[in-house]
Amino acid sequence: MKTRTRNFLGQLLTLHIPLVPFILFSLFPFYFMVITSFKADGELYNLKANPFIIQLSPTHPDYSGGPTLEHYQLLLHNTPFLTWLFNSVLVSVLATAISIVIAILAAYSLARLRFRGAPSFGTAVFITYLVPTTLLFLPLAQVVNRLGLADSVWALIVTYPTFLVPFCTWLLLGYFRTIPQEIEECAMVDGCTRFQALIRIVLPVAIPGIVCAVLFAFTISWNEFIYALTFISSTAQKTTTVGVTAELIRGDIFYWGSLMAGAVLGSIPIVLVYVVFMDYYVSGLTQGAIK
Amino acid sequence: MASVTLQELSKRFDKVTAVNQINLEIPDKEFVVFVGPSGCGKTTTLRMIAGLEETSDGTILIGERVVNDVPPKDRNIAMVFQNYALYPHMDVYKNMAFGLKLRRTPRPEIDRRVREAARILGIEELLDRKPRQLSGGQRQRVAVGRAIVRQPEVFLFDEPLSNLDAKLRVQMRSELIKLHYQLEATMIYVTHDQVEAMTMGDRIVIMNNGEIQQVGAPMEVYDQPINMFVAGFIGSPAMNFFQGKLTAQNSELFVDLGKFTVKLPKSQVNRFGNHVNQRVVFGIRPESISDREETGEHQQERVPAKVNVVEPLGSEVMVELSAGDHTFVGRLDPTTTARPMHEMAVYFDMGRFHLFDAETGVNLTHQ
Repeated sequence: MKTRTRNFLGQLLTLHIPLVPFILFSLFPFYFMVITSFKADGELYNLKANPFIIQLSPTHPDYSGGPTLEHYQLLLHNTPFLTWLFNSVLVSVLATAISIVIAILAAYSLARLRFRGAPSFGTAVFITYLVPTTLLFLPLAQVVNRLGLADSVWALIVTYPTFLVPFCTWLLLGYFRTIPQEIEECAMVDGCTRFQALIRIVLPVAIPGIVCAVLFAFTISWNEFIYALTFISSTAQKTTTVGVTAELIRGDIFYWGSLMAGAVLGSIPIVLVYVVFMDYYVSGLTQGAIK
Repeated sequence: MASVTLQELSKRFDKVTAVNQINLEIPDKEFVVFVGPSGCGKTTTLRMIAGLEETSDGTILIGERVVNDVPPKDRNIAMVFQNYALYPHMDVYKNMAFGLKLRRTPRPEIDRRVREAARILGIEELLDRKPRQLSGGQRQRVAVGRAIVRQPEVFLFDEPLSNLDAKLRVQMRSELIKLHYQLEATMIYVTHDQVEAMTMGDRIVIMNNGEIQQVGAPMEVYDQPINMFVAGFIGSPAMNFFQGKLTAQNSELFVDLGKFTVKLPKSQVNRFGNHVNQRVVFGIRPESISDREETGEHQQERVPAKVNVVEPLGSEVMVELSAGDHTFVGRLDPTTTARPMHEMAVYFDMGRFHLFDAETGVNLTHQ
């Protein structure tokens, strides 16, 4: 057998084929989500039908009209889904922006400036991240009420940084430590103040790490549920996660088709963001690993 | 005026004193090399001059100005780092232009200076490349170029050649020396390599344990080391040290080295008179040891020895010898007949020996 063919087969057997189960495992939820969102109710709630496909053949006993857009129509016409989507985008973008700015300044000070208590402060920042939101939501609800932000997306924009900042600071701290200090010192000799050195030298070099932090922060904000559920009651102020579950689960009735449609549409912004930043994301993950 | 003056300069990190009351005056246009083993305080001193490290005590003056509280950017200095510290996200041109851009230098002036520096360093074709596309030597040149365009009063070099391979190091060394002639600027250079110190400096500052051991021109430091540390640090292979005792007999002085003695020339009797019967260290450089009696003005002391190892280097032969309980190295002519495991008498040139106080290490020969 020629070497090229042998190599090809070898790679196929050792790399590509073993990857198939992983791909199936990762993509299956999305596949199921999409299938379910296009499946008519008749077929959806038919316990005898195959849950993994939409029956296309009209002669089949489980046939229920093939793929349908009724769930998407229900979602978009009968619920303020687009408003929720807008709210989610607004909250995630603003909370991420605020958190990243604070985290950059915090991580830079902890990584570079020698002040008393710096190591303990760094640990303290990380420990606050470990306190679960399920423990904090009640006292935070009181704070939010007193600030007059109850039932508004601003309650979320202000409270999300409480868990985004510690996490992003920790991530960026690790990343800043891999950037050699000499280039900032050289910039300061060349004519920068420390702040200018941060903006003009460190940040451009740290872009992969910052993108990584932005992606994590955006994803966490987007998926957040507890605070969104607790602080907001009016339908128009809800985010996607809360709105979809609140309006499409009535008592014990789950509008599965529309729920899945909501999940599909709600995933699109995240997918877009990741696709755009994919290159930076991967390099950000591996950068810190190599000293 | 770009002189640099250090007065009682000290730096402490918690309980560790890295630099201890340094006093030094570096006149304008001088090339001064700080040399010493790792941890001796030379880099810390350089960083304090640059303003990257705060002083614990003492004063730093650049010209007539006290600069202790002046930030690095306002000290009119430029620094070349060991790891080059090029800005990775900028191409070579922008790296070199950065400092000028920050000072709002007009663009035509920036362009002129960058291209001139690039021409001097032979890096004109590299101006649009990024640092990661350059070799070590090229990066080093860009780092030097970045310093040149600023036209600073003082250039600071922190072991700039340590990361280069041996051949490139030799080449860059001579280029930096030529640059000093061309630019006529004050240059402060830190290295742990005594060859760089000897070949590049107008004066060498030898440091150990945070203190200046000796300051002087290369040959002065080589021929008249002030103590055992300097004597053993400068010169390769290092000076040979023999522990012994100074004795007197019939108004002649001898150094008792155990199984043999070395007679000191009559001219030295007065100099060492007060140290008779004290423990001393006899020092002699390998090149002052010969395998044949040289006719000349200096007395030659014959020492019977045994050859252990012979290392032919082409232009000379390094020979490891033992006499009594002492092992030492001689640098012999290539025509030597030294053979390992054979006896051979060697001759110490007594015009070029050193005698050190065994307790303090101070060189008694040149006081």
